[in-house]
Amino acid sequence: MSGAWAWLRRNALLIYSGVAVMYMLLPIFVIALFSFDQTSGGKLDYTWSGFTLDYWQNAFADPSVNDAMITSLQLAALATIVSTAIGTLMALALVRHRFRGRGVSNLLIILPMATPEIVIGAALLSMFLIYGLELGFTTLFIAHVMFSISFVVVVVRSRLIGFDRSLEEAAADLGAPPLTTFRKITLPLIAPGIVAAALLAFALSIDDFVISNFNSGTTETFPLYIFGVSLRGIPVQVNVLATMLFLVTVIGIGLVLWQQRRAERMASVRPDPEPAV
Amino acid sequence: MYYMGQMALRSGSLDTGGFTFTWQWSNFSDSLSGHEEQLVRSFLYAGSATLIALAIAYPLAYAIALRAGRWKLLLLFAVVAPFFTTYLIRTIAWKTILADQSPAVDVLKFLHLVPQDGRVLATGGAVIAGLTYNFLPFMILPIYASLERMDVRLIEAAKDLYASSTKAFLKVTLPITAPGIVAGVLLTFIPAVGDYVNALLLGGTGQAMVGNVIQSLYLQQRDYPEAAALSFLMMLAILVVVAIYLRLAGSGAFMGEEDEAR
Repeated sequence: MSGAWAWLRRNALLIYSGVAVMYMLLPIFVIALFSFDQTSGGKLDYTWSGFTLDYWQNAFADPSVNDAMITSLQLAALATIVSTAIGTLMALALVRHRFRGRGVSNLLIILPMATPEIVIGAALLSMFLIYGLELGFTTLFIAHVMFSISFVVVVVRSRLIGFDRSLEEAAADLGAPPLTTFRKITLPLIAPGIVAAALLAFALSIDDFVISNFNSGTTETFPLYIFGVSLRGIPVQVNVLATMLFLVTVIGIGLVLWQQRRAERMASVRPDPEPAV
Repeated sequence: MYYMGQMALRSGSLDTGGFTFTWQWSNFSDSLSGHEEQLVRSFLYAGSATLIALAIAYPLAYAIALRAGRWKLLLLFAVVAPFFTTYLIRTIAWKTILADQSPAVDVLKFLHLVPQDGRVLATGGAVIAGLTYNFLPFMILPIYASLERMDVRLIEAAKDLYASSTKAFLKVTLPITAPGIVAGVLLTFIPAVGDYVNALLLGGTGQAMVGNVIQSLYLQQRDYPEAAALSFLMMLAILVVVAIYLRLAGSGAFMGEEDEAR
C-alpha cells in the first residue's frame, strides 16, 4: 500500500502531464471521431450514432465545402508568398541597417501580435471603409498579408541575428557581385528561417477567422464557411477535410524536422571552422 | 511596405469620426453606456481563463522541460497540435464535448461539479473553458522556454544548502521562470479579452463579451463610429491592465528577456 503511494507521489507529475496532454488532444480526437459518425442528413448533430466510412469516401461531395476550402488555399498560398517576401526583406533591413525609425519599426512589428485580433480586424475594416475599397478577396488578401508579416519578420530576424557575415565578405573578396552573394550565400543560409516563417504564415492565414470575418465581404474562406453553417448544421465533410488538413500539416512538419535533422547531421560531419585567432 | 500595418493601427484610433471626421467624442461615451456589463465580463472571463491556464500550464511545462526525457518532443508536439486544426472546428468540438448528453458532462455531474439537472453549454463556465483551452499553448510555450533555459544545477545547489523541495521551488525555480510566466499571461490574456468566438459558440445569450458587441456593431448594425470607439476603449482598458500588471510583475525582467524568448 505504502509502496503504491510512494510510486504515485514520484510519478504524479508525469501522470498529470499525461492527463493534460489528453486534454489538449481531446478536441482533435473528437473531430476525427465524428468524421466517421453515421449521422442522419449528413450534418453533425453532436451525438454519436454509429461508425461509417461514407463521408470519407465522399469527402469532396459537398461543393460549398470545396469552394470554401479552395478559396482558403488560394488565399493562404498568395498571402504566404507575398508576406514571406516582404517580411524577409524587412527583417534584412532591420537587422543589417541602422536607420532612423528603426526602433519604432521594431515596435510596430511587434504591435499587431500584441493586439487582440478583433481590434486588427476592426481597424482594417475601418481603413477599407475610409478608402472605399470593395470588400472581397482583395481586402482579405491585404489583411492576411498584413498580420502574417509580423510573424515572418520575427522568425527570419531570429535566424539573421546568428548570421556569420564574414561568409558574405569572403564571397565579395572572391569577386562575387552583391546579387550573386545574396543568392549563393545569404539566401541558402537563412533558408530554414524563411521556410519556417512561410509555414507559420500559411498556417495563420488558413486558420484565421476573426480578421477575415470583418474583411471578407461575400467571399467565403473555410473558417468563414464553417461559421456560416455552424448555426444551420455542419456537413460531416467539414470534419473529414479538417482531419485531412491536420494529417497533412503533421506530415509536413515531420518532413521539415526530419530534413533539418539530416542537414544538421551532415553539417556536423564537416570539419569545424578554424578558431579565430 | 509595412506601412500597411502602421496604417491599420492608426486608422484604428482615428476612425472615430466614421463617415465624416467630426471629432464626435460622444461616440466614446455612447459606446460605453449599455456595454459596461460586457466589458467587465470580458475582463472577468479572460482573467479566470488566464489563471486556470497558468495552473494547468506550469506543471505541464515543468514536466516537459525537466522530466520528460525522451518523450519531450512528443509532448511538445501534443501541445502545439491544436494549432494544426482550425480554431473554429476546435471550438465546435468543445460544443460536442460539453453538449447536454455527452459523457464528459455525465462525469462532471457524477463528481457533483455540475448539478444533476444543470447543463454546461451556454454558461459562463463553458466560455471560460473554451478560452482556457484555445489559448493554453500560448501559456505553455513561454513557460517551457524559460524552464528549458534554466540551469538545473541551481536547484541542486539550493538543496545542498538544505532547502526543502518546496522551498527550492519557491525561491529558485519560480523567480527564474517569472519572465516566462509574465509573457505567457500576456499572450493568453490579451487575445482572450477580445475573443468573441467562444462566447458566441459556447455561451448563451447571457455570456456576450465585448468582442461580441464590437462584432455585431460592425457587421450587423453597421454603426462603425460607435464600434470603432468601443474597440479603441477596449484596447485602452487592456493597455491599462497590462501596464498595472507589468508594474506589479516587474517589467525589467520581461523586457530584457523578450528578444531571446522569440
